[in-house]
Amino acid sequence: MTDGIELLAGFLAAAVRVATPLLLAATGETISERGGVINLGIEGSMLAGALAAAIGSSAGGPWSGLAAALIAGATLAAVFALVSVHAGADQIIAGTAITLGAVGLTGAVYRAYYGTAGAGLSIPTLAPVEVPVLAEIPLLGAALFAQPLTTYFAVALVPATWWYLFRTRGGLALRAAGESADGARAAGVRVRATRTLAVVAGGALAGLAGATLVLAQVGTFSERMTAGRGFIAIAIVVLGRWHPGGVLVAALFFGAATALQFVFQASGTAVPYQLFLMLPYVLALLGLAGAVGRVRAPRDLGRPERAS
Amino acid sequence: MNARPGRGRVVAPLLIVAASLAGLAGVLAIAGYDPVLALGALWRGSLGSFDAFASGTLVRATPLILIALGFALALRGGMLNIGAEGQFLAGAMAAAWLGVHLAGWPSLLAIPATWVVAFAAGLIWVVVPVVLRVRYGVLEVISTLLLNFVAEALVSFMVQGPLQERSGIYPQSDPIADAARLPLLPGTRLHLGIVLAILLAAALWFYFSRTLGGFRLLAVGTGPRAAAITGRIDVTRTAALALLVSGGIAGLAGAAEVGGVAYALYPNLSPGYGFTAIAVALLARLHPGAIIVTGVLFGALETGAGAMQRDAGIPAVIVYVVEAVIILALLLADARRTARSPAVAGAA
Repeated sequence: MTDGIELLAGFLAAAVRVATPLLLAATGETISERGGVINLGIEGSMLAGALAAAIGSSAGGPWSGLAAALIAGATLAAVFALVSVHAGADQIIAGTAITLGAVGLTGAVYRAYYGTAGAGLSIPTLAPVEVPVLAEIPLLGAALFAQPLTTYFAVALVPATWWYLFRTRGGLALRAAGESADGARAAGVRVRATRTLAVVAGGALAGLAGATLVLAQVGTFSERMTAGRGFIAIAIVVLGRWHPGGVLVAALFFGAATALQFVFQASGTAVPYQLFLMLPYVLALLGLAGAVGRVRAPRDLGRPERAS
Repeated sequence: MNARPGRGRVVAPLLIVAASLAGLAGVLAIAGYDPVLALGALWRGSLGSFDAFASGTLVRATPLILIALGFALALRGGMLNIGAEGQFLAGAMAAAWLGVHLAGWPSLLAIPATWVVAFAAGLIWVVVPVVLRVRYGVLEVISTLLLNFVAEALVSFMVQGPLQERSGIYPQSDPIADAARLPLLPGTRLHLGIVLAILLAAALWFYFSRTLGGFRLLAVGTGPRAAAITGRIDVTRTAALALLVSGGIAGLAGAAEVGGVAYALYPNLSPGYGFTAIAVALLARLHPGAIIVTGVLFGALETGAGAMQRDAGIPAVIVYVVEAVIILALLLADARRTARSPAVAGAA
C-alpha cells in the first residue's frame, strides 16, 4: 500500500518535472502566437538553449547555464523574426529552417567541444528546492513543493503572462497585432516591433525550456535531445486555447502522459517501451482533433503584415 | 513561387548557394579549421571523381529528389508537407517487410511490389493529417511533424519486435531478398532509384505544365477562393489528394533507400532527408526539372560533408546550417521581390 502511494507520488513529481520545459516553451509560443506569429523555430531555440545550458553550466555553474540558454534561444528567435516578421516571409518554412539550422549548429558545436564520441558530460545541475513544511505533504508535496527553481518560475509565469496579455496596454497591442495587423496599425500599434519582441521573448523562454531539460531533468546534453518537444509545445498552445491557464493544464497533462512510461518501466510490464515513446505525440494529435473547432486561433496568425 | 523562371529567379539561388559556401569557409577559418583543406575535401568527396559522383552524390541525391518532388506537388496545392521524414520511414518499413519475404521472386515483380506497398504506406501515413485538416482544421504542419516521431518510435519497435532479424541480437530487420534489391550501375553503388526519380520528375513536369489537373492544382494553391468560386474545382479534394500523393512519393523514397542502399530496416535510416528535401524543392522554385539539379547539389553537399569530416575533422552536421542559411536567404530574397500571398497560412 505504501508502495503504491510512493509510486504515485513519484509519478506526480516526474509529471511536473517533465511538464516544466513544455510549459515554458508553450507559454513563450502563446505570447508569440497571440501576436500573430507561429514560430516552429522554438524547437531549434530549445535545442540551442539545451546546449548553451550545458556549456554555460560546466563553465560557470547552473545560473550561467540558464543565462546562456536564454540568450541562445532569443538569438535564434531574432533571426526568425528578421526573416518572418520584417521581411514577411512564410513563417512555417522560416521556422523549419531555423530548427534545421539549430540541429546542425548544436551538433557541430557539441562534437567540436566534446569530440565525435560525445563522451558523457557531467555538468552542474539545478537541485530541487524544498519549500519548508509544504514539501512534507503526502503525495503532492514532492510534486509541487520540491522542484527546481525553474519549475516555480514557469508556474509563476502563467499568471504573469495572463496579466500581461489581458490587463496591460502592451498586451492589448500584442493581441491586436495578432487579430488584425491592419487594424492594429491603424490604431497606432507598431506591429512589426510588437511582433518581434513577442517572438524574441518566446524564443528566450524556449531556450530556458531547453536549459531545464538539461539542468533539471536529463543532466546532460545529447544531439537532437529535444525530440520534438517544441512541436508538442505548439500543440499545447492550441489545446490550451492560446490562454496561459489552459496552456498550464495542457502542459501538465503531457507531463503526466510522458511520466507514465516511468511508472510502467518500474512496474515491469511487458508493454514495449516504444509505445510509451509514441504516446505524447499520439495524444497531441488526438487532442488537436478534439480541441480545434471549439477554439479559435488569433485571426492573423501566420499572416505577415502587408507593406504599407 | 510558381512564376516562370526568369533570369533573377535562377541567378539569385546560384548567388545564395555560392555565398553560403563562402560563408561556411569563413566560419571554418574563424573556428580554426583549414578552409582550403575543408572545401577541397568537400569537392573531392562529392564531385571530384566519377566514383564519388556516382556512388556518393547521386545515391544521396536520390531520396532528396524524390521527397522534394512530393513536397513541390503538395505545396503547389497549397499544402506544406514537412513530415516527409515519417512518410519516408513508413515506406521503408513497408518495403523492408515485404522485401524480406520475396526470395525466389523475379526481380521484375519483386521491385515494383515493394514500390507499390511503400507508396501505399507513405500515403496512409498522411491520411491522419489529411483527415485532421479537412474535418477538424488542424494545421497539417503540426500533425505531420508529430507523426515523424511516431514513425521513429514505430521503426524502433519493429526492429526490436516483429521485424527483428532472426538471431534477435541486433536492432534491425533481416536483409531483404536479392530479388527485391535494385540493380546497380556496374562498378558503382548507383542504383535504379535515380532513374525512378528522374522519371517521376519528368512526369510531374508534364503534369504541372501540360495538363488540366496540374492547372487546377496550381489554381487551388495560389488562389483557393478564386478556384472555389469557379465552381469547377473541388478545392479541398484537390489539396488533400496532393498531400496524400506527396506522402506516397516520400514512401517511395523509403523503398528506394531500403532496396538500393540499406538492404534492411534499421533506426536512423534517414539522416534528415525530409528536411533537406524542403531546401531542395524551394531552391528549385518547385520546378521538377530544377529539383533534379538542386537535389544533386545537396546530395553533393551532404556527401562532401562526410569527406570533410573524415579528412578535415569538421563535423558533417554543419551542412544543416548551410542548408538552413540557404532557405532563409531564399525567403529573404523572395520576400523583397514580392509580398506573396500567404497560401499556407490560416487554419489552426
